[in-house]
Amino acid sequence: MTKVPVQFTLNGREQNEFVDSGSTLLAALRDKLGLYGTKAGCHQGTCGACTVIIDGSPQLSCLTLAERCAGKSVTTLEGLTGNGALHPLQQAFMEGFAAQCGFCTPGMILAAKSLLDRNPSPSRDDVIDAISGNICRCTGYDPIINAILTAAEQLRGARKSA
Amino acid sequence: MIEYRKDYFSDARTDGLTEVGVTRQRSDVLGHVTGKTQYYADRHFAGLLHLKMVRSPHHHARIKSIDVSRALKVPGVVRVLTAKDVPQNIYTILCLIQVEPNDEPVLAFDKVRFKGEQIVAVLAESEQAALAGVAKVKVVYEELPAVFDVEEALKPGAPLVNEYHGRNWFTYEGHHCRRVRFGNVDEGFAAADHVIEEMYQSSPIEHAPTETTGCIVVPDQNERYTCYSNTQALYFTLDNSALILNSPFHKLRLVGGTVGGGFGGKVDVITEPIAFLAAMLTRRPVKYEYSRAEEMQVSSPRAAERIYIKDGVAKDGRILARQVRLYVDAGAYSRHSPYGTTKAAAHMPGPYTIPNVWVDCHCVYTNRTPSSAMRGFGVTIGDFALEVQMDKLARLIGMDPMEFRILNAYRDGDMKAHQKEVDGAALVECVQAASDLANWPIAGRYRAMSSQKREG
Repeated sequence: MTKVPVQFTLNGREQNEFVDSGSTLLAALRDKLGLYGTKAGCHQGTCGACTVIIDGSPQLSCLTLAERCAGKSVTTLEGLTGNGALHPLQQAFMEGFAAQCGFCTPGMILAAKSLLDRNPSPSRDDVIDAISGNICRCTGYDPIINAILTAAEQLRGARKSA
Repeated sequence: MIEYRKDYFSDARTDGLTEVGVTRQRSDVLGHVTGKTQYYADRHFAGLLHLKMVRSPHHHARIKSIDVSRALKVPGVVRVLTAKDVPQNIYTILCLIQVEPNDEPVLAFDKVRFKGEQIVAVLAESEQAALAGVAKVKVVYEELPAVFDVEEALKPGAPLVNEYHGRNWFTYEGHHCRRVRFGNVDEGFAAADHVIEEMYQSSPIEHAPTETTGCIVVPDQNERYTCYSNTQALYFTLDNSALILNSPFHKLRLVGGTVGGGFGGKVDVITEPIAFLAAMLTRRPVKYEYSRAEEMQVSSPRAAERIYIKDGVAKDGRILARQVRLYVDAGAYSRHSPYGTTKAAAHMPGPYTIPNVWVDCHCVYTNRTPSSAMRGFGVTIGDFALEVQMDKLARLIGMDPMEFRILNAYRDGDMKAHQKEVDGAALVECVQAASDLANWPIAGRYRAMSSQKREG
């Protein structure tokens, strides 16, 4: 299989990889780089478990060719804060019972992170819209929506006091 | 908002329990929000083989021949497995709790009994090669008439689904169904002011966990094998794998406990025995993971049920007789459905004291996907039917539905249809509390009733 060199930014650090031409970013993250925080739920772009942030927007890594990430910046759950501390979204998910089996959680948190980066004061409907591509089979969504709104409030407070 | 009421039955409490009502974080949630929780597939093994399955395109067919020769020529395909490779090919998941006979092949060989049934496993260096190999396996079928409806399946002359039973129903201690008999329903109906019979039915329901069913088996040293699985039933899996493989238990090690959504859908034992066998025969790590399409098509759903409820009720609100005919669609194989059907029978006639009860619960084989466990299976659909029926009865006699339930609810000391005395009843208080929360006033007479003794 043809190998293609790809240079991109992964969780804030420069990354150089040879990937199989036609292989997905999901496969590169999990099978080549051992970043198992990105989950494979359907391999067909329907469940959102593999969501990562590419140049600021939430993308499905199972439908993204690894070679198309050249020159781009990719953030996975492992790179959410970069300093080992918990992000307010992670804290709110923990405290608000927004994760049960945990399998949708990485994609859910990254979809929410991308929303809050673009819109620090989302309405409930904005939150619902932002996670509409992410399926959760455990929680019934309400705890997740509440956790994202709680985290948004905390981030706004932190920004004000900064 | 959840409200915890500890004032109910406070005089009967001796346990000193303090946890109910206290919010505690999940013990595993830090791993979930940081992506560090290790699911079965979050592991790398050098030389991993991928297993993909040749599946039946027919609901019911005789297998005339299986030709794997072209699959073996696909680059990357390492070997194939057929029924001949499985030491004990016929099993049933609950054999260790006396569900019999063994009625399901690990790999089909003479017949397929549902669409998607697994026939040949193809092992290859990559998923793509395994799928290419699957496409090259040639199976010749002779299609057979199929049956998809529980009542059709019970009629004389219906196609026989499962030869291991010899008939299209599970046999309970010599009986064609699971039965409950209490009092005399004919006398109850004769004494009733109204008799109604209604039919309720449900479709199969797929759990659709976000993580599909799967496992990885890795050969260790000394002919031992470790299986990383997302099963909800590690010990069923160990038992059945050992029986299917004719292997001592100590050679098989199961690692699990982290499940990306289960809801009962990961209680069957399907992927692990084949992956164990594949690892034994190739001496390489093997991954068998359902695609999303396989999860939807072949993993066991909640059984479809059809329920007929005939009730006799007096004008004063007392239910005098209840007759239930309940059909569980097991699909092609038993799996957990004989047990689920027993649960259905145990759950009838609902939490109500009725002097005359007659229940027949049938576990029926059809050519649909085998059904199995799912949250409250055997009970949930029955409760739907019973409670819709209770509303209909209340309307029929012009009674408030809450008061109607309180009047007929179990009281401590009542005799259930299963010949067990009621103990620890709480339905009266639950309905009273629900009427408060729903701002649905009930009359003082019903407000004064208690689960702890039947009013005079």
